[in-house]
This record gives sequence, structure tokens and C-alpha cells, in this order.
Amino acid sequence: MFAVENGLQGDPRLKAISDAIRVIPHFPKTGIMFQDITTLLLDPVAFKHVVDIFVDRYKHMNISLVAGVEARGFIFGPPIALAIGAKFVPLRKPGKLPGRVISEEYELEYGSDRLEMSVEAVKSDERALIIDDLVATGGTLSASINLLERAGAEVVECACVVGLPKFKGQCKLKGKPLYVLVEPREYDELTLYN
Amino acid sequence: MSENEVKDPRIDGIKTKIRVVPDFPKKGIMFQDITTLLLDPKAFKDTIDLFVERYRHMNISVVAGIEARGFIFGAPIALAIGAKFVPLRKPKKLPGEIIFEEYELEYGSDRLEMHVEAVDSGDRALVVDDLIATGGTLCAAMNLLRRVGAEVVECACVIELPELNGRERLEGKPLYVLVEYR
Repeated sequence: MFAVENGLQGDPRLKAISDAIRVIPHFPKTGIMFQDITTLLLDPVAFKHVVDIFVDRYKHMNISLVAGVEARGFIFGPPIALAIGAKFVPLRKPGKLPGRVISEEYELEYGSDRLEMSVEAVKSDERALIIDDLVATGGTLSASINLLERAGAEVVECACVVGLPKFKGQCKLKGKPLYVLVEPREYDELTLYN
Repeated sequence: MSENEVKDPRIDGIKTKIRVVPDFPKKGIMFQDITTLLLDPKAFKDTIDLFVERYRHMNISVVAGIEARGFIFGAPIALAIGAKFVPLRKPKKLPGEIIFEEYELEYGSDRLEMHVEAVDSGDRALVVDDLIATGGTLCAAMNLLRRVGAEVVECACVIELPELNGRERLEGKPLYVLVEYR
């Protein structure tokens, strides 16, 4: 579900957020129009809009845990967690987290990767929100959902700044709702100098 | 912080939330695990508040966070003080035009990258990471910022390992830490 489908149609903050994202063609490889959120982070007003919209949505949903996917989920997740009084749990590449971890494999275009979570991060009856900057195939978010459910948490929703149009409407990931702020920007010459 | 300053009462609460994991990632290293701090919303908020209180009136225009744990602390600080947030990243993660700085590891070396257009000579920068050990990564971060003409105002970390003398690698730039681990 996109923000515009859920009460934020015409909200000028969404345009400001979209305009602040830079499109880099053919990165990391030919054919991919990379949605670069670093330019959004250079705009304190637009960055704050992102956090504010997510906080407004989640502050009354009794979220006890915000899980952020390494590494760009570490930029958006903590401010949300802090504002809603939830704990922040990093979901990390293999070998980074000390102590007891569980791990979940997910598919890449070529090969696979793994995401890990500390088992002690999740108590019983946790209501979790998962954050990443962008959702494309949904592979990383699905792995994240698996990690949290295996540890006994209830995943309430997944949230991303950018998402492919296929996630409009009631599209779910592993049965969990998805909330997205903006669609990917189109590439044109002007966006490089935005 | 100097020993003469009265310690803020929030500091002890923060220190107790940091978990020390022996022999991680290898034998002999006492790993300072900040993920347990992040599990305590009050202690995490206190950590950010302490940094924000210090920096909000210092005219900081950019907060540079070192991948990946520097993102967790740097982004909330940037938002609270109205500064840009610039991620300093491992190789090949940032698209577009970048500059890089190499730094030494115990075995071999690594690289930190930054977008050239993110920061310029008018900027007053704060560098944030979770911990300073030898100071190699922070030094690389400072070099990146200085090469584009920014002024590095201070480096800020949650934890310092003072016995590793990281402070000396910062070439006189001030370092502000909340907790020391000896």
C-alpha cells in the first residue's frame, strides 16, 4: 500500500521526498535505475518528512520493536524507533552480530545472501515493524519477516521509503502488509543535478 | 569529557547497557556490543540527547556517519540538529561520483568512500561512530571531509578504548565520548 492510497494523497511532503531522491542509471549494473536516497539525507526537511510520516502512522500501533535492514535501514529505523519509544534491532550481514544469532538465507539474482538477528533482541509478545529504504523483489524483507517470526515476534508491517508499483493496493509480503511512501523516480538528465 | 566535569547521571545508565562480549570477532578482543543499548529505548534516547545537547548550538551543517553503526547514532543526531546526514561507506556501495580514503587494518587495509557533492568548503562537520579504538577509521573519515574543504569540528563516539590511543590519530581534532572502557 502506498501513502497516497491511505490518506496522504496531495500531501506536499510526498513530492518533496520524491524530488529529493536521485536516480543513477545503470548502477550497480546495466539496466538498473538505482534509487539513491543519499540525496534525500542531504535535505534535512525532506528526511524529517520521511520520519514524521512513518512516526504518525506507527505511534499508536503499539509497536515495541523496529527492525532495520543493514545498512540503509539503519538510517531510517532508529529515528522512528526513538520517536515511538520502541527498541531498535539491527538485521545484519553474516558475522557482524556477537552472541547468539539466528540467520535466514535469501535469493539474489545470482547466488544468495544471509541476514542475521540476535536471538536475545526479541522477547515474547513483541509487535514488530521492519524498515528498509526500498523494496524491489521483497526477498530481503521476506527474510526479515522470517527472522522475527522465528524468534516469536508478530510482524505488524513492513515499511519502505521507495517501492515498485506492484506493491500498490493490498499487496502483501508473506501475508504481512507493506507501507511505501513513493514510487521509484524516472531517470531524466535533470535528476542528476537536482 | 574530562575527569573534572561532573558526570551526567544518564551516562551510568548508558554504560550498563553496553554488553561486553569476550573473544569476538576473534580471541583476545573484548567486543563492545551496543545492540543491547539499542534495546533500551530510554538509554538509546539518552545517548542521542547527550550528543544533541552538545551539538545543537555549534552550527554543525553536516553529520557524517561511518558505516554501519555510525548510521544508527549519526542519523538521529543529524535530524535533531537540522544537519545533513552523509553516510561514509564501504567500497562500491555509493553510486555516482565518490572519493575514497584507505586506512590500515590489523591485517591489510580497507577503504571508506564519500559522495563528492555531499559536502563542501562551507560545511562544519561532525563525525560519528559507535566506538573509537585505534582511530584509523575516524582518521580516514576526517581526511575525506577535509579533502572537500569541510571543517571537521569534532568526532563523537559512544565508547572509547583509551588504551589504544585513538585520540592521537585525530591530529588535534577534539573527540567527545560518553563512555570509556578500560
